[in-house]
Amino acid sequence: MFDDFFARALAGGIGVALATGPLGCFMVWRRMAYFGDSIAHSALLGVLLGVVLGIDLNGGIILMCVALALLLLLLQQQRRLATDTLLGILAHGTLALGLVGLSFLQSVRVDLMTYLFGDILAVTGRDLIWIYGGGGAVLVATALIWRPLLAVTVHEELARAEGVRAGLVRIVFTLLIALAVAIAMKIIGLILIVSLLIIPAATARRLALSPEQMALLASAIGAAAVAGGLHGSLAWDTPSGPSIVVAALALFTLCHGGAALASVFFGRVVDSARAEN
Amino acid sequence: MSALRDASADPLTCPPQGVAEEAPLALGRDLVVRYGGRTVLDRVSIEVHRREVVSLIGPNGAGKTTAVRTLLGLIKPDAGVVHHAPGVVVGYVPQRIEPEDLLPLTTRRFLAMAGRRARADIVAVLEEVGAAPLIDRQLSNLSGGEFRRVLLARALLRDPDLLVLDEPIQQVDFAGQLAMHQLIGRLRDRRGCGVLVISHDLHLVLGATDRVVCINGHVCCAGEPEAVSRHPEYISLFGPGAAAALAVYTHDPGHRHDHPIAVAAVDDTPPDSGVDPERAG
Repeated sequence: MFDDFFARALAGGIGVALATGPLGCFMVWRRMAYFGDSIAHSALLGVLLGVVLGIDLNGGIILMCVALALLLLLLQQQRRLATDTLLGILAHGTLALGLVGLSFLQSVRVDLMTYLFGDILAVTGRDLIWIYGGGGAVLVATALIWRPLLAVTVHEELARAEGVRAGLVRIVFTLLIALAVAIAMKIIGLILIVSLLIIPAATARRLALSPEQMALLASAIGAAAVAGGLHGSLAWDTPSGPSIVVAALALFTLCHGGAALASVFFGRVVDSARAEN
Repeated sequence: MSALRDASADPLTCPPQGVAEEAPLALGRDLVVRYGGRTVLDRVSIEVHRREVVSLIGPNGAGKTTAVRTLLGLIKPDAGVVHHAPGVVVGYVPQRIEPEDLLPLTTRRFLAMAGRRARADIVAVLEEVGAAPLIDRQLSNLSGGEFRRVLLARALLRDPDLLVLDEPIQQVDFAGQLAMHQLIGRLRDRRGCGVLVISHDLHLVLGATDRVVCINGHVCCAGEPEAVSRHPEYISLFGPGAAAALAVYTHDPGHRHDHPIAVAAVDDTPPDSGVDPERAG
């Protein structure tokens, strides 16, 4: 079934979207979009690490993303620099380091564009195993920490006063983001990864009445964006990764724009109906 | 997560007598907290026993919230000891908390997060705090006062041994203030709960308080409400007017509802006012 490159691309992309939907919701709720972006930017350094250590490049990316995520958690404890400054430094610093480092490796040709923007049409059977194995692990782990993570997200102090181990939950969540980024690299590339996490979740916010609904909707919307983007890419011969993001953006605009139009035409009907629910 | 007490246990059952000899539910001794170079808490000691309402009062910036957060283990003190009795379940109502707009969450679901509780428990506790109509509303659509009631309901749902209320009267209308006093008294008498209440104003907690700790960085004075109100440090902090007003207050507790200042302080959106335009999303 997966002999066809397009079928493999579709299976890989949808797998990533399903795994990242719930995680993306938490990124939206916890205002961590830029945090995820910084981790993604370090992935190129992970490729370098993989080449230098002679291990699987996916393994190198995971190692690097996890290391950077933990470093970020540690640095956030200090008070000298604001978090967004810190994230900006690390995001672009690690990207530049990765680019410079890879330029030294004459023996290995690394296709930069693949890592920056992804190459979903080149997804192999081996990649699919990574995606579904890793994605499944991400989903299971997200489900396991769902209750405490949600409690910490709603109000950290309250959760801690009630006995939730917020520090541990935050570390696990950060590791999951690192894992998700590593898995999504091949599909969409490090520049656009965060959009696949954020846009479906932000779209789902309009439609959801509970956190679980929003997580499921985000997965479904992400999968729809992958399918739509890939078909568009095939039809109009556009780059696949950006086409997926454009499809996600279209869904977002449709959803929020539609709701905004409805509230213009029908007053507050939509919102008050939601409040009643 | 800390273990919830057995939900089948009757919450109104009285604990064994001999309260005075019991170890405190929570104890903070000689707590010192510094932010930067500034000493926010200077050897502050607080303890709360079962079946006791302790009011922590002091002017703005006195370190009341810091003291409570330290006592709850949310801040690590630079010096001093914090100790909780084993297995103490804490219900905490923080002062400043905004419902998260980005997160779709109904009141019912928010309350269910306090522990696995039956629907009937959630309905009952919402009725207890006068917030029953809010059960299916989205948190992002609640007013500040409504949300504080829901927070209180959440703390009560945990069936706490120690209830900590940071400025519980703020943003609550006057009827709500009276109800709050009655509720605090009920919690102490029937559930045998220890209650720690923060207030910037002794008046607001006087109705139901056993012991007052007045702090301003350090502990100024502590003891029974009457004694504290006559203490020179209390008078120098709040002015002689405060003590006089307090005296009037204590002598005429039955007519509290006619107090004009308290009525003017009403700051709550009626529950049926619908969607706040700022928040609708």
